[in-house]
Amino acid sequence: MFGKLSLEAIPYHEPILVAVGIAVIIGGLALFGALTYFRKWNWLWSEWFTSVDHKKLGIMYFIVALVMLLRGFADAIMMRTQLAMASAGSAGYLPPEHYDQIFTAHGVIMIFFVAMPMVIGLMNLVVPLQIGARDVAFPFLNNLSFWLFAAGAILVNISLFVGEFAKTGWLAYAPLSGIEYSPGVGVDYWIWALQISGIGTTLTGINFFVTILKMRTKGMTLFRMPIFTWTSLCANVLIIASFPILTATIALLTLDRYLGMHFFTNDFGGNVMMYVNLIWAWGHPEVYILILPAFGVFSEVIATFARKRLFGYNTMVWATVCITLLSFIVWLHHFFTMGAGANVNAFFGIMTMIIAIPTGVKVFNWLFTMYRGSLEFSSPVLWTLGFIITFTLGGMTGVMLAVPAANFVLHNSLFVIAHFHNVIIGGVLFGMMAGLTYWFPKAFGFKLDEKWGKRSFWCWLVGFYVAFMPLYVLSFFGAVRRMQSYDNPEWQPWMLLAWVGAVIIMLGIICTVIQFWVSIRDRRKYADVTGDPWDGRTLEWATSSPAPFYNFAHLPQVDSVDCFWAQKQQGIQAVSKGPYQDIHMPKNTAAGPIISLFALILGFALIWHIWWLAIVGAAGTFVSFLARIFNDDVDYYVSAAEVERIEREHQQRLKLREQQPEDESVPNTRFGMQV
Amino acid sequence: MTTETLSHHDAHDHHDAGGIKVFGFWVYLMSDLVIFGSLFATYAVLMKGTAGGPTGADIFELPFILVETFLLLFSSFTYGMAVLAMNAGRIGQIKAWLGITFLLGAAFVGMEIYEFQHLIHEGFGPDRSAFLSAFFTLVGTHGLHVTFGLIWILVMLVQLHTKGLNDVTRPRILCLSLFWHFLDIVWICVFSFVYLMGVL
Repeated sequence: MFGKLSLEAIPYHEPILVAVGIAVIIGGLALFGALTYFRKWNWLWSEWFTSVDHKKLGIMYFIVALVMLLRGFADAIMMRTQLAMASAGSAGYLPPEHYDQIFTAHGVIMIFFVAMPMVIGLMNLVVPLQIGARDVAFPFLNNLSFWLFAAGAILVNISLFVGEFAKTGWLAYAPLSGIEYSPGVGVDYWIWALQISGIGTTLTGINFFVTILKMRTKGMTLFRMPIFTWTSLCANVLIIASFPILTATIALLTLDRYLGMHFFTNDFGGNVMMYVNLIWAWGHPEVYILILPAFGVFSEVIATFARKRLFGYNTMVWATVCITLLSFIVWLHHFFTMGAGANVNAFFGIMTMIIAIPTGVKVFNWLFTMYRGSLEFSSPVLWTLGFIITFTLGGMTGVMLAVPAANFVLHNSLFVIAHFHNVIIGGVLFGMMAGLTYWFPKAFGFKLDEKWGKRSFWCWLVGFYVAFMPLYVLSFFGAVRRMQSYDNPEWQPWMLLAWVGAVIIMLGIICTVIQFWVSIRDRRKYADVTGDPWDGRTLEWATSSPAPFYNFAHLPQVDSVDCFWAQKQQGIQAVSKGPYQDIHMPKNTAAGPIISLFALILGFALIWHIWWLAIVGAAGTFVSFLARIFNDDVDYYVSAAEVERIEREHQQRLKLREQQPEDESVPNTRFGMQV
Repeated sequence: MTTETLSHHDAHDHHDAGGIKVFGFWVYLMSDLVIFGSLFATYAVLMKGTAGGPTGADIFELPFILVETFLLLFSSFTYGMAVLAMNAGRIGQIKAWLGITFLLGAAFVGMEIYEFQHLIHEGFGPDRSAFLSAFFTLVGTHGLHVTFGLIWILVMLVQLHTKGLNDVTRPRILCLSLFWHFLDIVWICVFSFVYLMGVL
């Protein structure tokens, strides 16, 4: 009846999990109660969950990402605490089977359910506005993508309280992840969480690729697109070309585990190294899917706050395109030790080093943009400066790893851990924090508090160095990754130092939470009615904040890079004038959440081998998709009168603002003044 | 005049819906092609991994597969006729051609199921060796795609009946056409790469 699922699956003998479980239940009940008490369910459903508005979907991606960041970080600090304790024969407080689940969950969560949704969330929020479009090419698919991603995230969290998670490391290398060595449900949770959310990601890639190529406003040629849009375009090309490999690879592992096939088994002709090849043929492009949009954020931030056109726009675009292509021919550097031979290793080593060239081009472009600009040291700029230094360092250790001979020593050591945290925290995370601060006013109509933003930055920056530099050192002493305890007592001071770094990072996260709290509390003080709080250069700042659901009353016309900035210099105002026209818009739809709910049920049932429930899930997914296909009532026209009313309201607010000069107590909105 | 043309113009300016859908579907097909590419690569790696079980030459029956191939190739032709009928606006003819395409596709899937069932019955199922795992998965994934195509044909037959030809159904028939021809091309690769090379 319930397959492999029984009460045994609830880990009530693990005190940590019981405490977390109780906290989640209390928190969940409180949230549920509050929503019920304030009668917000209907609002939540009709305004948010079923919304096809790319801006709202972007916000939802970010909310899920930030919640998952807390969980991923809890895993991180638990691991650091374990390693700070488990020295010289001490077992620490986490038994190996629990520790193994934690490092697997940490990696999976941070990449798939924090970094990816942040990147995709920013794309959602910004790209259609930057290209002057009213929505994405396929608004319903966009909603469906979000909910498939959310279903994956829910599955990962269910694994915390029902059953277990994989103990294999975040990429679940075979044959360890095969049924013989991992007979439990952990790997199955990994499989279905990634499979379901991965399909959502592929749909997002297709959607934004088509959006950017087909929905650009008049005059927006490819080489007039903002850099963030360019980097998003390249990231989406990478998604379209690489995520299907992940889908196929996970499907093959599934067949091995469920139907006894022999793709990645030791016997019957299977080939375990094929798994490693396939997973990295996706995995390496994946890291560029994360970092390219972050590069885009830094480009926008630095040009805006230096009040200068980005140095070397064309080289920036071509560097991005080069990285996109190169990212597909370097995957083997993740396993030089496979023994593919000197020539193969040399090829992949050299290709890897070549990526440093276009990346270097970018770094110099950012530096030269700042040179002789009037740089404001706002928090997005701080994140950018921290990135340039930290990422360059991480890039150098990457080039070291790209030397096959050195790699044979460094493979599987803490050096690798230090390197990729160096580029992912210093690159992706700093980029997403910069992007969050930079575009937050566009999403909500008020700015984030600068003081707490800067505190968060300094904690993250200092915390990162304190936490990860010791790992570089330890790696030279022979410390490997994924170890639960170690014999050498001389390592412990470094481990303790790394723990201190993690605590400093925790302070950074706390600062961000306080930043949200303070900013929401003082939202009137931080309000931005102009829609253009930073004196921006690109089209997203040409509409009000938050942007109306149709984005632009009239689709803007573009004749150069940074056309909006040029128009402001010429004194042309962005205020829209009538006559207005009816606007064609997509309708909200319940299909996305419903299809994804059935997909979630399907995934859960397959994990636990509850076959009747799997049939229910599959049939539900299919029927709800059919229902969507047979529904013709998917769009409508916003009347010109309604558009006029919304635009007039915005203009009214602008006028009020002009008539009431700023209150003395309100600090100047220019962040530069506070530095 | 004004409102009518304006709103029409605006809609066009904003949503060249049909064109964007077909383009988006092309992009989807390219991503699907990457899945097939991964499966072909996997098959190439595992082809020799027979683990003492049968090789391709032992189990492939070329004449049988040739019949399957011609069924599918011919169904691509009949689908092409359906699109020609659509361009001429003849709903009855579209339905008839789609119906024939469905029958040919169903016969193809039926033959494939028979082949699989026969192999499993002989003890050469996908769990016998890595070669058979890769073979069943590659060919089966194609068969699964054809099955989804068949369901899609049924959906289109119903929608042609209830909605007729309009801005919603036209792009769908075009996308299905792309899908169907795409599966044909993939099958030609399967036929040459798996069956022909397996027997040679």
